[in-house]
Amino acid sequence: MRPQLKTSTPGARPTGPQARWMCTLALLGPLLVPSGSAAALPIEHWETSRGARVYFMQSRDLPMLDVSVDFPAGSGRDSPDKAGLASLTQRLMRLGANGMDENDIARRVADVGANMSPAFDLDRAGYALRTLSSEVEQRQALAVLASVLQAPAFPDAALGREKTRVIAGLKESDTKPESIAVRTFMELVFQHHPYGLRSSGEPATVAALTRDDAVSFYRTHYNAGWAVVTIVGDATRERADQIAEQLTRELPHVSAPLAPLPPVSPLAAAVEREIDHPSAQAHILIGQPGLERNDPDYFPLWVGNYVLGGGGFSSRLSEQVRQKRGLAYTVYSYFMPYQRPGPFQIGLQTRADQAQMALSVVREVVREFVATGPRASELEAAKQNIVGGFALRIDTNRKIHDYLRVIGFYGLPLDYLDTFSAKVEAVTIEQIRDAFARRVQPDRMVTVVVGAKATP
Amino acid sequence: MSALVRALVTLIIALSYGPAPCAEVQEHTLANGMKVLVKEDRRAPVVVCMVWYRAGSMDEVNGTTGVAHVLEHMMFKGTKSVAPGEFSRIIARAGGRDNAFTSRDSTVYHEQLHKSQLSLALRLEADRMANLLLSEEQFAREIKVVMEERRLRTDDQPKALVYEAFMATAYEVNPYRTPVIGWMTDLESMRVDDARDWHLRWYAPNNATLVVVGDVSAAEVFAEADKQFGSIAPRPLPPRKPQLEPAQRGDRRAWVKAPAEQPYLLMGWHVPGLRDVEKDWEPYALEMLAAVLAGSDAARLDRELVRESRLAVAANASYDGINRGPAMFILDATPAPSKTVQEVEQALRDQIKRIVEQGVSAEELRRVAAQVTAGQVFELDSMFSQARAIGSLDNAGLPFDSLDLQARKLKEVTAAQVQEVARKYLVDGNLTVAALDPQPMAGRKPAVPPPAEHVR
Repeated sequence: MRPQLKTSTPGARPTGPQARWMCTLALLGPLLVPSGSAAALPIEHWETSRGARVYFMQSRDLPMLDVSVDFPAGSGRDSPDKAGLASLTQRLMRLGANGMDENDIARRVADVGANMSPAFDLDRAGYALRTLSSEVEQRQALAVLASVLQAPAFPDAALGREKTRVIAGLKESDTKPESIAVRTFMELVFQHHPYGLRSSGEPATVAALTRDDAVSFYRTHYNAGWAVVTIVGDATRERADQIAEQLTRELPHVSAPLAPLPPVSPLAAAVEREIDHPSAQAHILIGQPGLERNDPDYFPLWVGNYVLGGGGFSSRLSEQVRQKRGLAYTVYSYFMPYQRPGPFQIGLQTRADQAQMALSVVREVVREFVATGPRASELEAAKQNIVGGFALRIDTNRKIHDYLRVIGFYGLPLDYLDTFSAKVEAVTIEQIRDAFARRVQPDRMVTVVVGAKATP
Repeated sequence: MSALVRALVTLIIALSYGPAPCAEVQEHTLANGMKVLVKEDRRAPVVVCMVWYRAGSMDEVNGTTGVAHVLEHMMFKGTKSVAPGEFSRIIARAGGRDNAFTSRDSTVYHEQLHKSQLSLALRLEADRMANLLLSEEQFAREIKVVMEERRLRTDDQPKALVYEAFMATAYEVNPYRTPVIGWMTDLESMRVDDARDWHLRWYAPNNATLVVVGDVSAAEVFAEADKQFGSIAPRPLPPRKPQLEPAQRGDRRAWVKAPAEQPYLLMGWHVPGLRDVEKDWEPYALEMLAAVLAGSDAARLDRELVRESRLAVAANASYDGINRGPAMFILDATPAPSKTVQEVEQALRDQIKRIVEQGVSAEELRRVAAQVTAGQVFELDSMFSQARAIGSLDNAGLPFDSLDLQARKLKEVTAAQVQEVARKYLVDGNLTVAALDPQPMAGRKPAVPPPAEHVR
């Protein structure tokens, strides 16, 4: 959110892969082409000999390549007694593979100036590689990625150490008001669904995980048949084909089809949870299960949410909570679409003794919006921003790569870009009002408040 | 295809790239002293516009710390012709994004837009440079937002508190000692006149640089900048006092007590910053030293402290020599469970000692050089990063077109030079250590209470 301070605290490396994916998903809504503009991105799509789906876009302006492979192996595949297994499995893959130890892997990637980064969320787990496209560099970097994906060794020594690091991180996050709020919120919104599990697990479950658990999770989930390979950058189609083969040919053989994720149940009643914390601010999260990736209400809800709390400073929540009352630095609402309905989430932080006041303002804004929908001028402004800003969403190879990963993983149509604009333009006030009325229940939401103090 | 033929083909492909698609930075100075820097980049039909004011928290005086950043917020609160909050709405309706950030050295306002909208951004920026209205009422609300921002980013973030204490301890004289967001007491006593004075003092065209990167022609940007900013009269700028930090005479220590699970450690030495990109060599050697220690997963701290000895769950080294003010070489680390701050501090000291005594290897320098080479290409993927890099150099008083030169200089650094800067600067007496002493969260309920839900 702006205005923002340039933070310069060393050691704070806040943008983990998950944070990056969350951004992508949040932005994927507005993939659209401004009316009258040229055709969409020239995406090429095919399957490898092992049935992995490939999404490729050539971009030869810069001598570099972005390559990723993703699997349905996110935390939604965890069970309560082994929470954290999906994440730990992915983490271990680059700590030993194909005869290389973790130092060899790190060195070979760094020696050619490449970056290999894990990405992980509720649905997906994968690795991305950014490398120069020059021959020597890309060959070496891709060879490492191919090994990590297809021949991970899961060395015991690394396993123990990584478990210690994960547990230390979990204990630390249990002291932070924002982390406590998020984990409690997810638990309450998703109840017994695996989306409600903490993605890196719990100290007790992580402590009990074994090498066999990781090996078996890997064999079950990292199969070619459901791998998604995404390639953007300086390569011919022929070369992209070779790369996709190289990265998937040796993946485990499919043992059994992956079970579908269980459905997400709607909330039966409002749930409120207050948790004490000595923090200066109260952290507030409000929400419920929201929408899924291929949701028929996707466009009305997404465009409507721009007006409610997604459109930065122009949104109603920002106007009422921040601009008018100075109650928070950040206030937002979003739908995070996943395979199954992800969270609809409203969040803010405010001085601890103002929590109740802020809560009632937010609730009133949401109630009114759900009841009456956006004004014509608000909807018009939303469409102007979304349509007019299209070019900014695909102005780097990285952004394009991230979008292709989502299109590929969720099987969105290749003409998604061509049709998106028209779909946004077609959204009416009535559709937004109708979709919100059916899908958002202000009187049946989860409310989590961490660190509130009594009003003086 | 024989190896020779393949090599030739590769060479031909490499040559056919020719010059990078992005042109050189072009410079123009308006009659009123405002500098305009343009880099044409045709990869996408978009443009990044940044206005850099050479006024950051280092230009503040005691009693009104934080005013640079408060003014940044107020710049969105209306001019003679644009209503409060309207700036962002206009940019949003044009399909754009806007934001701003404040650092110790500068305050920067930026817009990203379709290339056809550049003149809109320039007009609005010129308007708020010349015609900002600072109303008592708007100020009263916005200062509360800034206090929430301080609570969010600093007061409730133990590591940020350690960094704040570290800077206030390492610097006794230089204004780098105060946090960018300001001390809370100064925010509480700040008045709209303080912001007004700040705007009057520093927001003159002769204290600003416009940086534009995008699918534009430099000549057209120069003409448009002349049209929009040309009529704003220059003003004499207040003298800037050097406030040089006297040589440190003895190590310094600070402890911070805050609710947390894991301790945290910051160590920093005063070192030179980059002043002459051609003649200086020490800043480049310091940057290589930081990269040898922590530039990648293969670097020393990660390998030895985190993976091998397992003393820390995270360890980092950083050096930023591109500043108006003084520079520091900083190490920071989070001890592993059951390891103490003292043990990790000793391990970090041993790392430095080893470099002083044994130097670094040619292999390590080659690895960092590969990252520098790749990093130069990767940065071209983002117009925003390019604009920020150009603006940072200019703001620090360095040649805005010296990025390639700096990359070359980095790659020329020798092992002996790395050893030399470690020996010269990373010495006792010149060191400041700040550490987090984690406190239990007395009086709070368990972070995750038993599932006895409070149903509304």
